[in-house]
Amino acid sequence: MEFFRIKKDIPFMSYGRLTTAISLITFILAVLFLATRGLHLGVDFTGGTMMEVSYPQAADIGKIRGAIDQLGLGEVTVQNFGSSRDVLIRLPVRAGLSSAQLSEQVLTALKQADNSVTMSRVEFVGPQVGKELFESGALALLLVAVGIMLYLAMRFEWRFAVAAIIANMHDVVIILGFFAFFQWEFNLTVLAAVLAVLGYSVNESVVVFDRVRENFRKMRKAAVTTVIDNAITRTMSRTIITHFSTQLMVLSMLLFGGEVLHNFSLALTIGILFGIYSSVLVACPVAMYLGVSRENLITGAEKKPQEDPLP
Amino acid sequence: MNRYPLWKYLLVLTALVLGVLYSVPNLFGEAPAVQVSTSKNNISLDAALMGQVESTLKQANIEFDNLFLDANGVKVRFDTPETQIKAKDALQAALGKDYVIALNLVSRSPSWLSKLGALPMYLGLDLRGGVHFLLEVNMQAALTQAAERYAGDFRSALRKARINYSGINREGQTVQIRFRDSAELDKAKKIINRDYPDLTVKEQESGNEKILIASLSLASQKQIQEFAIKQNIQTLHNRINELGVAEPIIQQQGLERIVVQLPGVQDTAKAKEILGRTATLEIRMVDEEKTDPVTLENAAKGQVPFGTEFFKQRSGEPILIKKSVVLTGDYITDAGPGLDQQSGQSVVHVSLDSRGAGIFKQVTRENVGKRMAILIVEKGQAEVITAPVIQEEIGGGRVQISGMANIREATDVALLLRAGSLAAPMDIIEERTVGPSMGEANIERGRHSVLWGFAAIAIFMIAYYMLFGTVSVLALGINLLLLVALLSLLQATLTLPGIAAIALTLGMAIDANVLINERIREELANGNTPQAAIKAGYDRAFDTILDSNVTTMIAGLALFMFGTGPVKGFAVVHVLGILTSMFSAVIVSRAAVNLIYGYRRKVNKLSIG
Repeated sequence: MEFFRIKKDIPFMSYGRLTTAISLITFILAVLFLATRGLHLGVDFTGGTMMEVSYPQAADIGKIRGAIDQLGLGEVTVQNFGSSRDVLIRLPVRAGLSSAQLSEQVLTALKQADNSVTMSRVEFVGPQVGKELFESGALALLLVAVGIMLYLAMRFEWRFAVAAIIANMHDVVIILGFFAFFQWEFNLTVLAAVLAVLGYSVNESVVVFDRVRENFRKMRKAAVTTVIDNAITRTMSRTIITHFSTQLMVLSMLLFGGEVLHNFSLALTIGILFGIYSSVLVACPVAMYLGVSRENLITGAEKKPQEDPLP
Repeated sequence: MNRYPLWKYLLVLTALVLGVLYSVPNLFGEAPAVQVSTSKNNISLDAALMGQVESTLKQANIEFDNLFLDANGVKVRFDTPETQIKAKDALQAALGKDYVIALNLVSRSPSWLSKLGALPMYLGLDLRGGVHFLLEVNMQAALTQAAERYAGDFRSALRKARINYSGINREGQTVQIRFRDSAELDKAKKIINRDYPDLTVKEQESGNEKILIASLSLASQKQIQEFAIKQNIQTLHNRINELGVAEPIIQQQGLERIVVQLPGVQDTAKAKEILGRTATLEIRMVDEEKTDPVTLENAAKGQVPFGTEFFKQRSGEPILIKKSVVLTGDYITDAGPGLDQQSGQSVVHVSLDSRGAGIFKQVTRENVGKRMAILIVEKGQAEVITAPVIQEEIGGGRVQISGMANIREATDVALLLRAGSLAAPMDIIEERTVGPSMGEANIERGRHSVLWGFAAIAIFMIAYYMLFGTVSVLALGINLLLLVALLSLLQATLTLPGIAAIALTLGMAIDANVLINERIREELANGNTPQAAIKAGYDRAFDTILDSNVTTMIAGLALFMFGTGPVKGFAVVHVLGILTSMFSAVIVSRAAVNLIYGYRRKVNKLSIG
């Protein structure tokens, strides 16, 4: 079986303007949603309490809300979670009341209303811890970006490093844009997914860049655009099949992983879909605009004779 | 050309054997068990204890599957949870309260595997259920308490040296001693400088009073904070031992935080209550001189006489209690609930150490006929439990605290007093509780995700690349095996995000094989012979595989460095998975291809779809 039997190189670079325009529009939209709607941050980052309770039969949300409202805890959200039997309750941070007391109070109130309730999960994060988790998350993102750039600059060239990181930041912003648009909850696990996408998506750029470098060696006379077009065409089959395989795994998590892994797999899905596109159709044009050429890629043996001083 | 030297085949074989050996304990599942350990230092966990446990169970006619001794204590494995509970009760009754009897789960794998260090993966709290707390020690309160203690010390030191002062009180975290004349001040200063080198002393004048201000030096503040966190960790250890938790984790994190993890705790409410309680015991004298109806009435309105505090007793009766503390819970060596033989009321019996006993004896001798209040201080709120009249001098350090509402309260108070008090109050700043059924559901979800995802990839790869696809799937399977073996060997904590990382790593690892297979196809299309295509495919793809794995590794390491809890679990698996996938995708799959094609004299066609 073979899906991609492409004889001639596809002139990707001549569509450069189109692909750049598409990226720019999606990117701007994502930034716009982020700015207007903002991320729906989970308790990991905002601080607060999240409780998951389950009932043997379908839960009566109205009754549960009534029982909790009696406690006067402020802005409480009650919603179904995964199935009709599972309920997620979110409580804001309350000064002077420890999490232990808070969740016990709520559970007691729920038990009074319906004794069959069982507690599945409680997560409480103090506001200070939430802030720290947010900061260390941002720091991790920055560190990954810098680390990858340094590695690529060392292994290839700074133009590729910059191009790859732009392509991948574009992916990250788009994932965040989706989370802002749909107001999906953004928590620590999703952050892990975003960082994993960052590492994974750079893979794609690396594979293409590797081929570009190889082509520069082999196709000595060809123009830069031809070299890049050939590299993309030759690796396209692999790019799509790899992403397809990874997506199969992510899909399995989306279907079987339950609520905890749901948003995690969503972030990965968006990251993988846009990763295919951006690592090829964003990274390469950017590298080209930055002026990648044979000379600045192939160092060493080919370069040395030129460095000899003229007599 | 496509043949490995013998050592490479042996390397692959060794990795496989070790992989099977170390991952196989995960297949046996876990059985209910009871763990016997101790909270006392002077009791050793040895073969004698093991014999005692064995004979106790035999006497009680409780059947067990296995009995063994490890670093944590004696563990006994049972067939059903019912026998487990029965055994716990029998052992608790036979061994007494010096031992901690905890319910636990142990692997059903045969003991020869455990002896090789082959254990099942260490499951995180989200997979086995339990509670995770991050507690922050309130250091300001620790310093305030230290200042309070110094104020008390100065009072007795100055009184002993017969130095006249007009007042001592704590002002923030400093102690102020007021004098009427400077000669007395100088004498006091000399004593303080000599006996308390940790303190910096300053003089100040206000009106006709001369004030000596003693404050803690930076070094001693640091010392007090370090002590406070150590003491709190010790206290938490004691309290958790009382709860009977197998394998608790109590660790300092940073300068003022403590992580507590209690796996498998079923009664989370009780655990939270016991851990979160910061109760300390204080014994103080009732200020009898100032106690008259008028003062009490004024005090109720907020005009409290200097040096005293106003309280309402449980009966509602108002009472004025001196601020200076006679004794704290620090002097308690043991406490237990009981019943008063005359009244039948619930009481707590308390034993004091020799210093505490000495102080108690002296105070009771000097104050016969006066009332002594016993307070329990919790979160800055003190409650007067009882305030009995001292009938006679009490020596020997045995004290009975009456006034308990019921036997449950007596038990709780006794536990708190016995386990020691916290040096400084703590707040829970992060909590993650997972119910036990949720943990099992999470394991199930993770397992399904990995299995179905693996199956889907396998079907696709075999259909698309035929024999080479089969080799890729084999390599992927070995990757999973090695990853599980490595996680089991390192006993790294596996969380649900960790399982997600296993799935994701497998999904990403197939990339290497796709790269290789595509490259071989390309080489074939370029007109290379099958053998040359295999060689070129593997060799050329390797650089790319290395590069792409390094970038993924950078992301993994950053996650590991900055991640906490679930994210860290994800990162560990991700990083290990990259390492195993490099090995399996490149070396193992090549070995398989070499064995298939490398020894044929003539290969006309490769089965690569």
